[in-house]
Amino acid sequence: MQIIKDREIVKDNWLHLDNDAELTAGNITVSLARWQEQHESLEKHDGALGLRLTGDDPLEEIVPDLAKFSMIVLNFAAFTDGRCYSFARLLRDRYDFIGEIRAQGDILHDQLFYMTQCGINSFEMANQNHLTDAMSAFDDFTESYQTTVLKPEPLYRRR
Amino acid sequence: MYQYDKHDQAMIDQRVVQYRDQTRRFLAGELTEEQFRPLRLMNGLYVQIHAPMLRMAVPYGLMSSTQVRKIADVSRRYDKGYVHFTTRTNFQLNWPTLESVPDILAEFASVQMHAIQSSGNCIRNTTSDQLAGVNADEIEDPRPYCEIIRQWSTFHPEFAYLPRKFKIAVIGSEEDRAATRVHDIGLHLVKNHEGVVGFEVLVGGGLGRTPILGQQIRPFLEKKDLLSYLEAILRVYNRLGRRDNKYKARIKITVREHGINHIRELVEAEWVQIREQLLLDDKEIDRVKNYFTEPSYDAEAASDESFAKMQTEDAGFAQWIKQNIVDHKVTGYKIAYISLKAPDVPPGDISAEQLDIVADLADKFSLGEVRVSHNQNLLFSDVKQSELYALWLRLKEKGLATANINTMTDIICCPGLDFCGLANATSIPLVKEINERFNDLDYLYDLGDIKIKISGCMNGCAHQSVGHIGILGVDKKGEEWYQFTLGGSSEADASLGERLGRAIPKDQVVDTVETLLEVFKDKRHEDELFLATVRRVGVDPFKERVYADN
Repeated sequence: MQIIKDREIVKDNWLHLDNDAELTAGNITVSLARWQEQHESLEKHDGALGLRLTGDDPLEEIVPDLAKFSMIVLNFAAFTDGRCYSFARLLRDRYDFIGEIRAQGDILHDQLFYMTQCGINSFEMANQNHLTDAMSAFDDFTESYQTTVLKPEPLYRRR
Repeated sequence: MYQYDKHDQAMIDQRVVQYRDQTRRFLAGELTEEQFRPLRLMNGLYVQIHAPMLRMAVPYGLMSSTQVRKIADVSRRYDKGYVHFTTRTNFQLNWPTLESVPDILAEFASVQMHAIQSSGNCIRNTTSDQLAGVNADEIEDPRPYCEIIRQWSTFHPEFAYLPRKFKIAVIGSEEDRAATRVHDIGLHLVKNHEGVVGFEVLVGGGLGRTPILGQQIRPFLEKKDLLSYLEAILRVYNRLGRRDNKYKARIKITVREHGINHIRELVEAEWVQIREQLLLDDKEIDRVKNYFTEPSYDAEAASDESFAKMQTEDAGFAQWIKQNIVDHKVTGYKIAYISLKAPDVPPGDISAEQLDIVADLADKFSLGEVRVSHNQNLLFSDVKQSELYALWLRLKEKGLATANINTMTDIICCPGLDFCGLANATSIPLVKEINERFNDLDYLYDLGDIKIKISGCMNGCAHQSVGHIGILGVDKKGEEWYQFTLGGSSEADASLGERLGRAIPKDQVVDTVETLLEVFKDKRHEDELFLATVRRVGVDPFKERVYADN
């Protein structure tokens, strides 16, 4: 599968492991439930580790473990569910997570601009046919009024 | 008023380009209806019974004459030559085609107007007091803060997909003309005991099927903390608000389910973490305030004597003055309401021809600005009293001098079953019937202030829960019935109306209104207002008489 990462179309080199799938070497992501159950064995895993979160998950509880993950995957069950936008901002602004934050699930290119502003930097698009079109969405707007992850100063300080 | 700089303009221009492409993708089948829906809603576009409806934002109800002319122009070229003003001081085009909306938005962008976030589950247009900056009782003009909030909330990347819509209103005086207690967030400019001006913050108000009044979450917030506190509330709501049931998704339900004290703890805990990063600079407040400075009023205006004289000579003018004119903070100037509640017109509607006249008259008589009120009327905020007679004559020629502000024919009414896909019952025809029944102006003036609000379904777009007389359309086995409430108010003494009793069939609604007024006249002490009488005697005497025959 191809994904968009840091504004480029690249091949995905991660495996999203189901809860009952056997552990394999290489870059893998696991659900919060699996992490909580098997964190001791997962910490010894040969390869990079990623954690998948949904809007229902208690973000604050995983903060002490954040350094163990190279990637946090935020799953959008519906693109209208905006909870993970707050997760992304908190991960970047408050918990200083510097790894990859990936959006997965029901994502259209119309959400990319806002997601990027909130600190999400990679995207598994629902529609693989329009990846090049989707890239243009990063430049939908040249300015933002707000303090965002990409622009830590609000526009009024740049006027 | 606020003027866009290159950044503001670029953003709304880029929004048009973005939406044009989204419309193209929808029409080409690249976006499903479900995918397109939130995108079009966040650009103000609904799809209703007869046609799409486009809601344009009027930030805090303030328009220039240039903008008003553009509204007239667009309504002629892309619609049926009229528009409808709403209770949140926006306006709606009722008959645009979906394909033409990008062009319409481009037209409006050329005069610094937009439809951004005028619908959808996001932060909506910020509203305010229509008398901002011109009433004597004001602590401070709320409009600069409205504009600061407009900018902060426009395209806020974190809060575009909230559980439900989110409305903010700001006022600067004790009197509440913006219904702040029925908003998700109400901000009141207040002075603390040290004489410093800041905000009292209310949260969790809202109408619809579960009407709830907002509660105080913070008694005093310094101005520099305005945006961080709003951001904290929104973040808590975005994470905590229910997404499983759209009727339980507004922040009013979040506050009710968790309790105001718990919500306050969560908000304050969030706030201390972001407070320092989001300080609102004095420099920015001053920059925005500079767009709302006081005009140079004519010191000679107060010496005019013609105003008093013309009232003695022309009874019609005197009546209009009594009903539609309020005092301005500067002696010699007045604030003039232009009623959009003429008897033969749906409440809030105005034609393109009338809009052009309003624009011309604003240029001639009121510094080129026009305001919209929560009650769906227009107003001129700065008219010399010496010029009111000339203004009135011109308004009268165009059917814009209906002298009924705050009377019982100054009705707030939703579009109802005639236009809206959600409605259970009609509402506009009832307004017409009420106007026909109560067409004696002296009778109306004698009754004093009575706010009737009529909604065609329990979504309550006309705010019937806070009407002095609230009328709610309900469907009973395919027939239209109406549920009455009495004693509601959206002002500083806000309260929710009490149910009168079982629903009333459509053909008895106007009779019921008449019965209520008879009881009022019997129970009224001297010049007591309707709301005061209802509060004093309670609902029972009204109930007894209305249901006596059954």
